[in-house]
Amino acid sequence: MNFVGIDVGASTTKSVIINDKKEILGYAINNSGADFKAAAEQVFDKSQERAREKVSDEWVVMATGYGRKNVPFASRTKTEISCHAKGSFFHFPQAHTLIDIGGQDSKIIKVNESGKRKSFKMNRKCAAGTGAFLEEIANRLEVRMEKLNELASKSDKNIKIGAYCTVFTATEILTKIREGVEIPDLVRGVFGSVINRALEMDPLEGNIVMTGGVVAYNPFLVSMFEERLDRKIYVPPLPQITGAFGAALYALEAKGGRHA
Amino acid sequence: MSEEKKVAFKKIQATGHMRKIMADYFYELDRASKEGSPKVAWCTSVGPAELLLSLGFVVHYPENHGAVLGSTRVANDYIPVANAIGYSPDICSYLTSDIGAFIKKETPLSRAYEGIEGVPKPDVLVYNTNQCRDVQDWFSWYSRELNVPALGISTYRNIGEITKEHLDSIVHQMKALIPPLEDISGNKFDIDKFREVVSTSKECTALWKKVLETNTAVPAPMSFFDATIHMGPAVVLRGSAQAVDYYKVLLKELEERVANNEGAVEGEKFRIYWEGMPIWGKLRALAELFITLKTAVIASTYCNSWIFEAFDPEDPFLTMAKAYTEIFIVRNENFKEKYIEDMVQKYQIHGILFHDAKTCPNNSNNRYGMPERLEKKLGIPTLTINGDLNDLRCYSEEQAQTNIEAFVEQLETK
Repeated sequence: MNFVGIDVGASTTKSVIINDKKEILGYAINNSGADFKAAAEQVFDKSQERAREKVSDEWVVMATGYGRKNVPFASRTKTEISCHAKGSFFHFPQAHTLIDIGGQDSKIIKVNESGKRKSFKMNRKCAAGTGAFLEEIANRLEVRMEKLNELASKSDKNIKIGAYCTVFTATEILTKIREGVEIPDLVRGVFGSVINRALEMDPLEGNIVMTGGVVAYNPFLVSMFEERLDRKIYVPPLPQITGAFGAALYALEAKGGRHA
Repeated sequence: MSEEKKVAFKKIQATGHMRKIMADYFYELDRASKEGSPKVAWCTSVGPAELLLSLGFVVHYPENHGAVLGSTRVANDYIPVANAIGYSPDICSYLTSDIGAFIKKETPLSRAYEGIEGVPKPDVLVYNTNQCRDVQDWFSWYSRELNVPALGISTYRNIGEITKEHLDSIVHQMKALIPPLEDISGNKFDIDKFREVVSTSKECTALWKKVLETNTAVPAPMSFFDATIHMGPAVVLRGSAQAVDYYKVLLKELEERVANNEGAVEGEKFRIYWEGMPIWGKLRALAELFITLKTAVIASTYCNSWIFEAFDPEDPFLTMAKAYTEIFIVRNENFKEKYIEDMVQKYQIHGILFHDAKTCPNNSNNRYGMPERLEKKLGIPTLTINGDLNDLRCYSEEQAQTNIEAFVEQLETK
């Protein structure tokens, strides 16, 4: 029997298939688009096709993410808060603070030494500090999203850019452009703004782990964060699928498998 | 999991009785407004209503109208109208929706009660700033618009211990209202009548307290969402025999539920304290969500704010001043913290939900570090959700739902 986690996020949908030894057999990531149900089905099919060994015909599916209730083939749902904590604790089985920066929200989750969640905070309604924020800014700067990491890493200037509101920030960037600030410096400044946003959400305690799509595609942001905090930040091997992996672990538990 | 489960609500049988007395109340107001007698006073919800009733006024409560605009989900049709005339979307959305509806000459009352075309026309507007400054600004708009006097009491804010000086000032201000109110009502102030109203109000408030306290039982017989509706008579009919009779009926029903071990939430697993304003337009959706999570929201600051224990007909001015000053919203952070702490113990609460209402800072007690302090002190988790009493633009349903579900998942792992 296999265990599947489907994370239907605001931007992307992720599917992870594991076996009863908690080994990842296959995974896939797709855009969520406008049809969550179709996105979940497609990404699940893709993760099966890509599986490194034959996927069992029997499986238990746990859905998570904003679209968790739109996955008809899932037998259960769990919030992404719980699933991220679960996935993160599997890789770092110790008390830690998890910062997840997703497409439309960011979360700070604190887990204790036995993996139980102590607290969590999600960003307020504005998308500032999330993937959607970076997308808006990339658009404004006319650069491709996948170029942001490379551009930011070329700069060593610390341009201050606000993190209060996406629209305010976009306006601020227009001013900087008028002042002649170079694009790499602006992008580095925007990464700094994402970091500031996380810092204002909750005090960071103990070991820090970062996950989410923004982290997966922008490792330089993690380096900047480490520099800012003057300590190591842990990133799991596939940071974008941490929630889906956590959901798969819950699916395994639901079937009476070993506890993570 | 796309299949939505049908949520079984346990209907409170007394609801029909409440609807009847509320309808009678609105019709009485409408009649007075149309006939010009008795005179109509508008009063803030924790204003000096007993004084007005003793002088023969019938009393309309704009905050109640605000809640009706919210719960019928029409507030957002009217808020922009008030925004357009300079009343910011960041100020009280009761105020903006009520004024907006007035400008558009619409009210949900006319949909609910045949023959009522509008809110009753006021002869006087009487406020008490014990809740916030917005009530004064709200009534002042009507005063200018309708050329009707706005009279009021300015209360101390953020106070810890209540002193003689505080109360003397309120008593003085209340007494100063009498001559103009006598002129407007055409009735002479009668201390015995005043004592009688205060006495009836006291009886009503004591019964309302007992109603809320039935929720100390496990499982709790009534949800917070039900309580926000059933507190209607405690707000708008508190000096009347009808409210007293109604709460006797409701109390009996809830006591029976307790005796039968019947909870408002089937299979109650967790008990939550709701701090802050209701989200009027989402009462049903939230009630359903909590039922599916087998989690009961059973106590709140909000519903307890209409308990006026200090009332004493022997000394009506002083005790009314005390009752309207000692309420939660008037008090400082230390008092509030201790109050919630006591409620958590009394109702065996597992977690506290703070509603940060965008347009109501005075009822958003998460903003000065209280959730964090209470978590540390009480060892129970808290959750803050962003929303608003009436302005649903400030509420993200998906985000709130995820937060609430995640909170319950956290309680499950305790």
